[in-house]
Amino acid sequence: MEIVRREKVPDDFRVRQMRARDMLRGELEGDDLEQYVQERIITTTLDKAVSWARGNSMFPLTFGLACCAIEMMSMVGSRMDIGRFGFEAFRASPRQADMIILSGRISIKMAPVIRRIYDQMLEPKFALAMGACSSSMGVFNNYAIVPADKFMPVDVHIPGCPPRPEALVHGILKLRSKVLEDPTLGWRERYNAVGTEELVADPAAHPAAINVFPTGDTSGA
Amino acid sequence: MSEVSEYRRQEESVDLSVRTQPIESPEQELLTLNMGPHHPATHGVLRLLVTLEGEVVRDLKPVIGYVHTGIEKTAEDKSYWKVIPVVERMDYLAYYFNAMAFCGAVETLLDLEIPKRAQYLRVIHLELNRIMSHLVWLGTSALDLGAISMFWYCFRERETILDLFEMSSGQRMHTRYIQVGGVFEDIPSGWEAKCRAFLADMPNRIDQYGDLLNRNEIVLRRLRGVCPLDEQTLLDLGVTGPLLRAAGNPWDLRKAAPYSSYDDFEFKIPVGTQGDNYDRYAVRVAEMKESVKIVQQALDGLPEGPYITDDRKVALPPRHELATSMEALIHHFKLVTEGFRVPPGEVYYPIEGPRGELACFVRSDGSSKPARVHMRDPSFVNLQATAPMVRDAYIADLIATLAMLDPILGGIDR
Amino acid sequence: MPDATGLELLARELRETDPDSVSDTEFFREKAALHVPPKAIRAVLELLRGKGFRALMSVHGLDYYPEEPRLGVQYELLDMTAVDRITVKLRVPTDQPHVDSVTPAWPTADHQEREVYDMFGVIFDGHPDLRRILMPEDYEGFPQRRDFPTGGEPVLFTKDAAHGEDYTQ
Repeated sequence: MEIVRREKVPDDFRVRQMRARDMLRGELEGDDLEQYVQERIITTTLDKAVSWARGNSMFPLTFGLACCAIEMMSMVGSRMDIGRFGFEAFRASPRQADMIILSGRISIKMAPVIRRIYDQMLEPKFALAMGACSSSMGVFNNYAIVPADKFMPVDVHIPGCPPRPEALVHGILKLRSKVLEDPTLGWRERYNAVGTEELVADPAAHPAAINVFPTGDTSGA
Repeated sequence: MSEVSEYRRQEESVDLSVRTQPIESPEQELLTLNMGPHHPATHGVLRLLVTLEGEVVRDLKPVIGYVHTGIEKTAEDKSYWKVIPVVERMDYLAYYFNAMAFCGAVETLLDLEIPKRAQYLRVIHLELNRIMSHLVWLGTSALDLGAISMFWYCFRERETILDLFEMSSGQRMHTRYIQVGGVFEDIPSGWEAKCRAFLADMPNRIDQYGDLLNRNEIVLRRLRGVCPLDEQTLLDLGVTGPLLRAAGNPWDLRKAAPYSSYDDFEFKIPVGTQGDNYDRYAVRVAEMKESVKIVQQALDGLPEGPYITDDRKVALPPRHELATSMEALIHHFKLVTEGFRVPPGEVYYPIEGPRGELACFVRSDGSSKPARVHMRDPSFVNLQATAPMVRDAYIADLIATLAMLDPILGGIDR
Repeated sequence: MPDATGLELLARELRETDPDSVSDTEFFREKAALHVPPKAIRAVLELLRGKGFRALMSVHGLDYYPEEPRLGVQYELLDMTAVDRITVKLRVPTDQPHVDSVTPAWPTADHQEREVYDMFGVIFDGHPDLRRILMPEDYEGFPQRRDFPTGGEPVLFTKDAAHGEDYTQ
């Protein structure tokens, strides 16, 4: 996995303090003023419109692992109905989805697969860890499970075992408000990153990383 | 752009003339493809290595372990009472059944007598769970076949059942309602009325699902005569449950070796004739109707009495006793901190789950924690039947067969 | 369920064909079990199949640590016509964990024996494809043995515990 970083202004406290003082005195002019405004205004109207469109039609990835997947399915059902928020279009391909809901326990065998799928998603993408097992170890604290935070960045954690559909919708709406207001919060701000990128594995080095095998050879399973 | 890009170079290196050469050996035609573990049609994280000749499946190898949680190992660290929530999460659609198998095994080791009311309450909740499991199966299988609206109808019914579960135990899923010695709590007032209202409605709804699917041209063409497997092969592979019944063998542990008062109720075992996908579908839908009958009879005949055993060494005393009785306080304290001790021994307790014979093997070494808990999960054994079923069928038939097999990866991987 | 007498008669019949095929019988909580030495497992299962126990329902393993021999494998047989169950139990030590595989005669044991191998390290000779089934292919160790640590993360009860300043300790 590779984190793609972006350029950021030097946030040396003294420099910022001086410029804030100049702004308050009305002494910033021309290019300085423009640059100041550029850094501070997180969303212009166009950004706001784009965020509004993104937040109101996120495509979740069909990614059910275990029991939480059943509650995710019942969230799609008619009682809870996430269709009213615009999220009913589940996509099977990670290239077309922008939200992955890790519903269920993540075993050590599955973790590299999930990482690969997450990397294959295109920016902007968001990850929800649904349930106790993917947020932390959950009910099981043993050799076979890994919490999602250990190998991929997660935006929202939803507690519960399994969380009620209402709780899941609450978590999704929190994510939605984050997307509408400032999608760069959370791990993106901490790591000063724009996103993650998939490193395509070399088939010679990792024979199990490909999808097509030599004829009849299933031993690498 | 004087430099040719890598992509261009790769594109131009593809030699189409290979197609015009004759095929030398049959193996050249075979292609081994990987399906999953993340795939919309594999009902959980199941990975399949399919060897294809064109679009016909020649061989299939399932790869599992992608949701292996080490539940059996975790259960060895916890006292018997605390194992119940952990073990419930194995086959995550049949959680009452997991708890029932485990509690049954521990009760056999303890040589404990379960009061009649508790047995009836257990049967009611088990059969409601069976209906719920079959509803989820029907919704997701119809979704796989393309009958997408079935998903919403089935989940609408499922919500009513989950309301009942929530009313009796406080949780929708993984309710830990079935405890060692009986059930956790008696059903509240109003539960019976709500349950009867649901039961009055349910046969109608099942008929409506039948109207939608039973004689639908697409369902018939995709399921009738597709991937049959004969009874002897299924028995050799250890397959039980609706798959075996679809092939004609009426083996059902509720009738053959009744446990928990199942012999008090009158119900039929639906059996198929051809053993193809359509029979597997029809058997499960008919089973839902029979389960409705069982719950009705259980509600009608629900006896009065305690809902958990009186043995204070195993079951918690009722709260009001703690204020007056010293022994009750001591029992409560011992049970909550250390847990009850079980005499040493090994027991294998089978019950009829929605997918087949679900059994729990418990070995006790005399302490308050089990020494070994193993679930014989029906999906784990039934998965071995996939390969013979789909040999020489199309990929689309493979998808339909997987749907009709009803694998639950939580039970397979544990 | 063959009752206690039935079990003894069955054991005697098995011993007639091979004197050391059955080392012990056990009748616990109305359930019958036979203890057999590992080398006799195929023969005993075939004989039991002849007696009507035609379905092998479960093959599971367990670890008897610290008693030797440590690893146990149990076979649950079912007679569908007479509704009878019988268990066949065997024990193998960890330094010589070889058991004849019954998969050629009972195809249902395929995945189940792989699971016993994966979790306990019992090697089934004659199994067509003995490799790990639940753990990753390159995993080292046999998780469900009693001396294998359960693993997991330490539970942090306070935020400060993550930095090593847990006031509850």
